[in-house]
Amino acid sequence: MKMSMREAINLTLHEEMARDNRVVIMGEDVASGQGGVYGVTAGLTEKFGVARVIDTPITESAIVGAAGGAALTGLRPVAELMFIDFLGVCLDQLLNQIAKFRYMFGGQARTPLVIRTMIGAGEGTGPQHSQILYSMLAAIPGIKVVTPSNAADAKGLLAEAIRQDDPVVFCEHKALYLSECDVPEGDYVIPFGKARTVVEGTDITLCGLSRMAVLAEQAAAELAAEGISAEVIDPRTLSPLDEESILASVSKTGRLVVVDESNPLCSMASEISGMVAEFGFDYLDAPVQRVTAPHTPVPATPCLEKDYVPSVADIVRAAKKALAY
Amino acid sequence: MDYSLNELTRAYRLMKTIREFEERIRSEYQQGKLPGFIHMYRNQEAIAVGACLDMTNDDYIASTHRGHGHCIAKGCELEGMMLELACKQDGLCNGKGGSMHIADMTKGMLGANAIVGGGPPIAAGAALTAKTLQTGGVSMAFIGDGASDQGTVAEALNLAVVLQLPMIFMYENNFYAEFTRNPKPEGRIAERAGAFGMPSVVVDGSDFFAVHAACREAIERGRNGGGPTAIEAVSARYYGHFEGDPQAYRDEAELRAQREAGDPLPHFLADPRTASLDVKTVAEVDAAIFAELDRTVELALAAADPTPEKLYTDVYVNYEGRAMQ
Ligand SMILES: Cc1ncc(C[n+]2csc(CCOP(=O)(O)OP(=O)(O)O)c2C)c(N)n1
Ligand SMILES: [Mg+2]
Repeated sequence: MKMSMREAINLTLHEEMARDNRVVIMGEDVASGQGGVYGVTAGLTEKFGVARVIDTPITESAIVGAAGGAALTGLRPVAELMFIDFLGVCLDQLLNQIAKFRYMFGGQARTPLVIRTMIGAGEGTGPQHSQILYSMLAAIPGIKVVTPSNAADAKGLLAEAIRQDDPVVFCEHKALYLSECDVPEGDYVIPFGKARTVVEGTDITLCGLSRMAVLAEQAAAELAAEGISAEVIDPRTLSPLDEESILASVSKTGRLVVVDESNPLCSMASEISGMVAEFGFDYLDAPVQRVTAPHTPVPATPCLEKDYVPSVADIVRAAKKALAY
Repeated sequence: MDYSLNELTRAYRLMKTIREFEERIRSEYQQGKLPGFIHMYRNQEAIAVGACLDMTNDDYIASTHRGHGHCIAKGCELEGMMLELACKQDGLCNGKGGSMHIADMTKGMLGANAIVGGGPPIAAGAALTAKTLQTGGVSMAFIGDGASDQGTVAEALNLAVVLQLPMIFMYENNFYAEFTRNPKPEGRIAERAGAFGMPSVVVDGSDFFAVHAACREAIERGRNGGGPTAIEAVSARYYGHFEGDPQAYRDEAELRAQREAGDPLPHFLADPRTASLDVKTVAEVDAAIFAELDRTVELALAAADPTPEKLYTDVYVNYEGRAMQ
């Protein structure tokens, strides 16, 4: 059935809550009002009641920490951190507590927690509501990091996130909420650590993360019009990362462009480039190209924000640079 | 307390400027001429003005996402503000901040803030500067009823008491945090702040004189080494959370009554203490405000956008020229 990513997430929350009554939703404005600023949790209160769809005060440390504690002791919370930028307010609970439980407690503890959060620029939300930050999270052992690029993946990955037993940060790019595609009906679960080949190709690999997978697909179409066959890979989960699929693609094409809306330093783009340089050196016919945001905060002004976010033209240019090497 | 005509005129001018500034930007915003998100301050004007009237440029404020009124009350020029809201090059923050991050260091206005609860620790730091350098300055954090629950606020309260900082916690209880009714009874916020060990009061936030009297006392206490004060000013939010929020979650009759009862301007003009402020003066003030708004709106909408290279300014290293850009 065709639906938007926002609808797919909403549907999955409905399905998973119906499937398992240990699943509870908690966050700011998730229950009352319209189901959050973008309506992603709309209708859940009517269906499951305020005991399972919990409006919290504006206290991110307590939201994330309490969701972690509840997960540790038998609930399966889906907590909402409205924007990933608010990680700044509550990082200790995630970094030093939740991420450590399983290992630090010698394997006795599991923390089946999902933190849903919005990421990304392009919507004019300015420096404190537009960051990507998933790279920072992927650098922390003990947390899984997921970022879907379309409605179908959102459904399958969110179902898996809720059903598996470790803490997951589920990063939803706000500029994708309204993008539609066919979404499988019924039980649909995508295992973590499995990249999706969006487009098959032979000349160059474009590895796009989150919304950048969509742009990479558009870039591939432009390149195709010029007779260049680009393969597009969407890793979908950043931790665990499907290194094998990326390497397999590069072994076929010999060239790689990584497209990541992160700031460049210590980004997923850097991680993937480094991984390919180390393990795929023999396959490479050109240096790996990184297409990222610049090393700056996200400006409020739309005219600069447009330049901040990587574009299809940036990807095409990077691909041609690799091909001309 | 006696008020000079000069003081009364200034208080009126500032409240009326805030009111008309916002009505004007609201209308421009609705026509799609201003980018981003804006949050209206209507019916809270007496709080900002009562709070800042006795301050100089050596006193500091840390504002919130609902910050236009705080800026104007602290003395920011309309031109620089209008340019910033339009995200133009010559705006107070060169368009990089916009409505939610507007700041003016020359006026001691330490920034609007898109992180709820982000301001109070920063205001505490500014109070520490004033205390350490013995400038005689005070520092004020504006804090919403929703923000009052944030851990950063509790930590700043405690720090201000421990360090006996010249600081004022200016709570604005407008009954709502986004789409959720504040469940705390009136006075609870002041009570909590008081429990940290500082004087705290509750005032009618639509009554300029009540707010001003409380702030004058708090500012004097701060200037005289008496430590921090908390003030809870109560005045219901007039418009939706952000412009475009139809606030369907509010009871219509209650909202209508709150809107009327909470308007600070008729309260002010009907108060016997403003008897010396005659109709003619009021009309002149109004005319000057409207003229300035016409001028600044026209100027801001016609002004230049930041040029593309501005994306890379005000960073200490920009990595320009690397492959990723
Ligand atoms: C850390 C953080 N959490 C959540 C938000 C989203 N948010 C923006 S404004 C707001 C409500 C704030 O309510 P209140 O403090 O009462 O201020 P008001 O909007 O009423 O002025 C929320 C939850 C945010 N910007 N920052
Ligand atoms: Mg409020």
